[in-house]
Amino acid sequence: MSLGQALNAGLRQAMERDPKVVLMGEDIGKLGGVFRVTEGLQRDFGDRRVIDTPLAESGVVGTAVGLAMRGYRPVCEIQFDGFVYPAFDQIVSQVAKLRHRNEGRVAMPLTIRVPYGGGIGAVEHHSESPEVYFAHTAGLRVVTPSNAADGHRMIQQAVACDDPVVFFEPKRRYWERGEVDEGLATTVAPLHQARVVVEGTDATIAAYGPMVATALEAARIGLQEGTSIEVIDLRSLSPVDFETIEASVRKTGRLVVAHEASVFCGLGAEIAARVSEHCFYHLESPVRRVGGLATPYPPSRLERHYLPDADRMLHEVDRCLQA
Amino acid sequence: MAIAPARVPERGIPEWTGFDGLVQLISVDGQRTVGCPYWELVADVGADQLRDLYTDMVVVRRIDVESMALQRQGELALWAPLLGQEAAQVGSARALRPDDFVFPSYREHGVAYCRGVDPVDMLRLWRGSALSGWDPAVFGLATPAIIVGSQALHATGYALGIMLDGATSAAVAYFGDGASSEGDVAEAFGFAASFTVPVVFVCQNNQWAISEPVRLQSHGTIAQRGQGYGIPAIAVDGNDVLAVLAATRLALARASAGEGPTLIEAVTYRMGPHTTSDDPTRYRSRDEEEEWRVKDPLVRLRALLRAEGLADDGFEDSVTAAADEVAARLRRGCLALPDPPPDALFDHVYAGPHPLIEEERDAYAAYVSTFDS
Ligand SMILES: Cc1ncc(C[n+]2csc(CCOP(=O)(O)OP(=O)(O)O)c2C)c(N)n1
Ligand SMILES: [Mg+2]
Repeated sequence: MSLGQALNAGLRQAMERDPKVVLMGEDIGKLGGVFRVTEGLQRDFGDRRVIDTPLAESGVVGTAVGLAMRGYRPVCEIQFDGFVYPAFDQIVSQVAKLRHRNEGRVAMPLTIRVPYGGGIGAVEHHSESPEVYFAHTAGLRVVTPSNAADGHRMIQQAVACDDPVVFFEPKRRYWERGEVDEGLATTVAPLHQARVVVEGTDATIAAYGPMVATALEAARIGLQEGTSIEVIDLRSLSPVDFETIEASVRKTGRLVVAHEASVFCGLGAEIAARVSEHCFYHLESPVRRVGGLATPYPPSRLERHYLPDADRMLHEVDRCLQA
Repeated sequence: MAIAPARVPERGIPEWTGFDGLVQLISVDGQRTVGCPYWELVADVGADQLRDLYTDMVVVRRIDVESMALQRQGELALWAPLLGQEAAQVGSARALRPDDFVFPSYREHGVAYCRGVDPVDMLRLWRGSALSGWDPAVFGLATPAIIVGSQALHATGYALGIMLDGATSAAVAYFGDGASSEGDVAEAFGFAASFTVPVVFVCQNNQWAISEPVRLQSHGTIAQRGQGYGIPAIAVDGNDVLAVLAATRLALARASAGEGPTLIEAVTYRMGPHTTSDDPTRYRSRDEEEEWRVKDPLVRLRALLRAEGLADDGFEDSVTAAADEVAARLRRGCLALPDPPPDALFDHVYAGPHPLIEEERDAYAAYVSTFDS
């Protein structure tokens, strides 16, 4: 099934498992969301558990806070990445901090789903990569699946998690298909565990979300050119599974971090700093980063220049190899 | 269209409870209504002006139809059709004065047309060639807001500037029924009322916010929302171009007279999909669509013109020909829109040079040049 369908199946299972799980957002009912991730759920669970809200993102997240305090487990859908900002205040000042503020007496088991990233030829505000704003915020967990099987498992884990999880969905991969075992226990891997997708010996590319498929393409091309590239799917941006990254770097000696978000102050900066601290004597070259430019997301006819592709990843791998 | 400057009627906003509480000057079957006090605001609108309004609406619909076709043919990334909202947009925009300043949403192609924007330039955004299509200062028209509701605050702030300058123009915010739920719109109402600024809020209640019916946003009318803020509101039949013109003139006159904000709820219908990506069959009935089809704003004005002998076949043929000509130009212009050069990515991020931008500009050029060799 596709990633979108896998998320839908995972949400369905989460709702069957726990009657306190409620979905809320704009157009998630009859329409099934603009990406159809909630398709059929209102029909099957009713409009008291799959709630179309008024058009207000601060309202969606702010009321979810109250629901959570009443014992519910809300799953909020933000329609597109660029519309999460009206909810930013609620997420950063309330959702992230309520447990801490209340000395552990209040739980915020919210999941906030955000389709993110570019590559679908959309108009402005529909292609953003705001994940680092949230990863930077203490109290939030931030994850992003790259494929259908992970999507199916991780959405269930996110919903079951007692901390707030900002769940970024790589929208340009919604339609990509993969094997999903719906009967698989969600305990097969912890929510925050990274995965070595392809093993290699010359360099490591660490990517997440939409960029994992691109990194795999780079690894395939690299192999034809005689470079063995290991690809890591981070899956989680807060916390980051540094153990998996560092183990890989100790083996390959070279690391490129890839994301669609701007390189400047992106997740790659944190990973590069950590790896420099922890793996300095294993590094054959400086850690390199490839990502979006330090510009606003461009009009769609220019997005291919903005978004990293396999060539740009390989370009950075080459620079590591030449160092 | 030459518009007589509207005055504020002596008794302020006229009381009006007729026609289901909506200001209506032309009935659904194309008759002039009797007794509505808003007639005095359009007393100067004669045969020529009525024909002009009709021509505008036909041309605007033709632009919309052509743009839908261009999207279906892969020439535009997306299009948000205004089908059904021609009267609400043309009626309100034709009331505007050159020095008024408009903050539209993404659906106000008819307003942009009336402000003098070249329809080809409207397509830049939808084709993905640019993030905007025109210079806001030249047309008194901001780049359409895609973040729903954000523009209501911008209009309020612009109006505050007008007031601080001691000028007599007004700012106008266009937004939808769905947008009325956003915090930004609520805050705009609060600021506008508190400061008594010359702003007009034009809410086109087209009954839907993508798949959500207006009742999900509000159990009262949108117009009633003004009351709590102390903002006078006018609920108007948004498919009646004359009624919308009258209501907007009144609101602008209030603004210019220093009487502060006015909220206009133009009750209309989104006859098409939300955008070309949408499928309304998933959430609304054919019956509802049929119910509104008979209230089509163009049909109504055409009936009036015909009944009063102001339009004949020759006139209609000439209007159709003019609209087709606009559409043909639009198509040619769209296909000729150039893709921006990659280097344009780095332009206008800051007012002047910025070290990171310059570094990336150079690095990207160097990277691209590795493919030449
Ligand atoms: C802040 C924000 N949230 C969500 C969206 C997605 N969205 C675009 S248009 C729309 C519905 C708007 O409805 P309404 O205000 O009634 O205007 P209409 O589209 O009917 O003209 C939504 C939810 C957005 N653009 N901005
Ligand atoms: Mg609407």
